[in-house]
Amino acid sequence: MDIRKNNENKNQKESSPNQTTDKKKKFGRRDFLKGAAKAAALGSVAMASGCGTALLPSKEERELRWKEYFKKNYRLMTVSEKEETVRRLERLAKIKKDVSIQMSSKAAIPGVLYGYAFNVTRCEGFMECVAACVKENNLDRKSKTQYIRIFEMEPGEMAPAAGNGKYFHEVPVEGHFYMGAQCFHCENPPCVKACPTKATWKEPDGIVVVDYNWCIGCRYCMAACPYYGRRFNWHDPEVPAKEMTKKQHYLGNRMRARGQMEKCTFCVQRTREGRLPACVEACPTGARVFGNLLDPKSEIRFVLKNKKVFRLKEELTTDPKFWYFID
Amino acid sequence: MTHKSSTPGRGLIAFIKDVITWNLSGGLAYQFFLCILAAFMMLGIYAYLVQFKIGLGVTNMSNIVSWGLYISNFTFFVGVAAAAVMLILPAYIFKDKDLHKVVIIGEGVAVGALVMCLLFIIADLGGPLNAWHLIPGIGILNWPSSLLAWDIIVINGYLALNLLVPFYIIYCHYNNRAPNENKYRPFIFLSIFWAFAIHMITAFLYEGLPARPFWNNPLMGPRFLASAFAAGPALISVVLIIIDTATTFKINSKIFNKLRLIIVVSAIINLIMLFSEVFKEFYFTTHHSLSAVYLFFGLDGYDALVPWIWTAISMNILGTVILAFNPGKNKPFVLLPACVLLFTGIWIEKGMGLIIPGLVPSPLGEIVDYAPSWVEVSITLGILAFGIFVVTFLIKPAIIIEQRFEEDRRLH
Repeated sequence: MDIRKNNENKNQKESSPNQTTDKKKKFGRRDFLKGAAKAAALGSVAMASGCGTALLPSKEERELRWKEYFKKNYRLMTVSEKEETVRRLERLAKIKKDVSIQMSSKAAIPGVLYGYAFNVTRCEGFMECVAACVKENNLDRKSKTQYIRIFEMEPGEMAPAAGNGKYFHEVPVEGHFYMGAQCFHCENPPCVKACPTKATWKEPDGIVVVDYNWCIGCRYCMAACPYYGRRFNWHDPEVPAKEMTKKQHYLGNRMRARGQMEKCTFCVQRTREGRLPACVEACPTGARVFGNLLDPKSEIRFVLKNKKVFRLKEELTTDPKFWYFID
Repeated sequence: MTHKSSTPGRGLIAFIKDVITWNLSGGLAYQFFLCILAAFMMLGIYAYLVQFKIGLGVTNMSNIVSWGLYISNFTFFVGVAAAAVMLILPAYIFKDKDLHKVVIIGEGVAVGALVMCLLFIIADLGGPLNAWHLIPGIGILNWPSSLLAWDIIVINGYLALNLLVPFYIIYCHYNNRAPNENKYRPFIFLSIFWAFAIHMITAFLYEGLPARPFWNNPLMGPRFLASAFAAGPALISVVLIIIDTATTFKINSKIFNKLRLIIVVSAIINLIMLFSEVFKEFYFTTHHSLSAVYLFFGLDGYDALVPWIWTAISMNILGTVILAFNPGKNKPFVLLPACVLLFTGIWIEKGMGLIIPGLVPSPLGEIVDYAPSWVEVSITLGILAFGIFVVTFLIKPAIIIEQRFEEDRRLH
């Protein structure tokens, strides 16, 4: 723990002068002055904390980390405790990475149950959804983590396992079709049943989420998932500050750390604000449909009512809220 | 039933002092043995520090093969721990005089195996500093829903039982008292029940996952028991042979014969069940058999496990045949290699041979090979060395106390 803290602090110290010189080169005089002021502020903080202790995190950071380490499982927190942890995480992001994020702890909207449908006829395998998801959810760039997988399928098969999940050529290819797979947000999720610490659960709006901080990294949920819906942080994930999505949710796209499980959350940070998940918004062919299953006028209900739909591995009675359909 | 002792005034402090002195004193060979163990433990600690600092990325596990060498060894050693019941049952319940003499050694091996199991789990955790989240009260234990929660309870409980009862008996003998059977007998019964529980529940950990057809198999539990009751007594036999040759504590050949019979019966049942599983997978191969195809023959050019599984099955069969026909008449020079063969065979088959194919191909049909990294191998060696150290540390003083107690009884 200490080693890590020291390293991060060192990085910060090393990067701050570079940052100012960079800014001097790229931007005008005003930016340079701003940067210089920042550097001076950082320098004075380092001076104040004393030369010997400069490598250690500041008292504020230590206190924040201490409180973060001993906090409860998110589900047991009161509304004000949720608010406190979210503020602490915002502050820590500012101290450690100098990024200003806005983190929400917004609860599920009553009367909402999210569902998803995927039009197999329309998808042409462009993977715009994958790129949008990586960007929106701050997925690790180093290990190229992606929640969504697209499979190129030969006619005559209807299960991604039979398709090619690693194609690197121009799409669409004649005589092939494309199928996407991600977390299916089962109504009866085997991962939730497996977790020994209740670090993963189904929210009232049907989204299966992970409390990243409560996860102990045993990976039993990963073994239990029949859809390959979960991803593990084998290393500390890396997202450049410039590319980071700053609007975050505690249960969604906030930064994870090594040793924690993560997964698709139907973009909880967007959907609870009434927006569409990034993948749905990004899809150029309109193959992705998302909405409230409890709203009879929603598009998802229209698809379920008027199209012939199917789900994967229904024999496992996991009851996924993710349907495939064909036009 | 108390005897007047020739060396009065013993007690807990003297006991601890004596145990430490006995453990550290020994011939040159023994000191050398301790140094080797220490070297491996240091290697393990170093590798763990690397893993702790950088993350589980230093292992060769991936999102597809998400469990590897650690969980394989964990699974196998739960079986070794459970196998102590094969000595406890006849020794305490059927009052078998021969096995009663060595039951303490079986319990020592069980404790060593359990300590290894717990260390393998900790080594496998992505967030070991968050392990307190499992403790009910300050954390949340998802019991009874999660089988992992069950496993944590039964393994720690079994460890406590296997420390408590032998400690009481040994401590009484150390103080030259006969232990009060009424006091420890309920715990013996409990530990017999518990031994079956630890291994069945560890099997259920895998058996309860419909996502993994290779594991989702009702034979898993019974087969875990059969393989454990072969591999565990095989390991105990090896330990007894070492004790017999290296110390003044002599093991009656009747004991070896009894252990051999237990091993042979269990190993044959294990092989029958293995055959039944193989039949099911290959008579009419389905999509659910792909893991077995990957294990035994390789799939799409990926065949990392194929040489291992065939070696394991050959060792299994060879070891069982030698032990069944007993050409050496329980002499150590035949018994030892046969037990080592069988033990190693089951280790490979029930370790990596069980865990890796359960995860390959992935639920979306992807295949990757897995071989442990140097960090995983080093940590594993370190944990094994620590397990051997624990067993030695428990058994060495136990034998001295038992011998002295017998001596005292004969004199009075």
